Amino acid sequence: MSLNETQIERYSRHIILEEIGGAGQEKLLASKVLIIGAGGLGSPALLYLAAAGVGTLGIIDGDVVDLTNLQRQVIHHMSDLGIEKVKSAKNNIKEINPDVNVITYHQLAKADNIRDIIKEYDFVIDGTDNFPAKFLINDACYLEKKPLSHGGILKFHGQLITILPDQTSCYRCIFNSPPPPGKVPSCSQVGVLGVLPGVIGTLQATEAIKYLLNLGELLTNKLLTYDALKMSFRTVNIGKNPSCPLCGDKPIITELKDEEQQICDLK
Amino acid sequence: MKLNVNGEQIELRSELSVNELLTEQNVKMPDMVTVELNGQILKRTEFEDIKLNEGDNVEFLYFMGGGNVIE
Repeated sequence: MSLNETQIERYSRHIILEEIGGAGQEKLLASKVLIIGAGGLGSPALLYLAAAGVGTLGIIDGDVVDLTNLQRQVIHHMSDLGIEKVKSAKNNIKEINPDVNVITYHQLAKADNIRDIIKEYDFVIDGTDNFPAKFLINDACYLEKKPLSHGGILKFHGQLITILPDQTSCYRCIFNSPPPPGKVPSCSQVGVLGVLPGVIGTLQATEAIKYLLNLGELLTNKLLTYDALKMSFRTVNIGKNPSCPLCGDKPIITELKDEEQQICDLK
Repeated sequence: MKLNVNGEQIELRSELSVNELLTEQNVKMPDMVTVELNGQILKRTEFEDIKLNEGDNVEFLYFMGGGNVIE
């Protein structure tokens, strides 16, 4: 693939970076990234990856846009209320960069569909909002040997880790299994500062681009934690865990299964 | 006894288990926390028995979802 004149202009600030150049930009245009969840984390990740000229963006989301989303899910607008998030995201990406081929999956990531989808991609971003999905994505990426960026947010805090299957620690190396049902904070206790997923999702997009272009050092074997109130970033070293049920010495997870979904009790 | 919790030094008056440290540090939802001790992720079943020592580095790592109401 070679760049046309409009592309040379559009991506000029990338192309003049000697670490990227024309060759790097062509590589981005030939790359495929899957974003699971077009919500708080997925919004900034999608917007920046689209603007950066990642040639193919896959989006999985089974939801429609509602008013409570607009506090943080910046890819969706007022005019998108009520429509599928994947469609809204696709439309708004096209407004930014028509170079990008957007493939949408209006469904939830489940044990019986996720492996077939992620197979097609070079890098996966987890922008989901629940633990069963996060464990499923981690396991699926491990089984398909796909690199993954995990992101999580809670109130004023965020976390991030990049996972290269077999080579670096995975989500289950840290968090063995989903928290026990009933122990997850109730809805009234959970909320999130709107800008928080903007920070974490943008970092996830950064990791995707670094991976695709083989730039710098990835956030592997360390969990980054962000505290917006203290405005502090810390990284905690986390090596591969020999007792990890997925990638440890004696793995007990060898195929995917759906974990039970937590039901929110709004009473 | 001095040790580090999430990068900050704290002082303990007596020997504590990991479980007791979680309580002492006012962690309200211990089921939502994984504990790393000196670079090793602990099993939840070890929280009761493992005692902390001078100079230990402890990290409380929280489960974090996506900020939706269904967590």
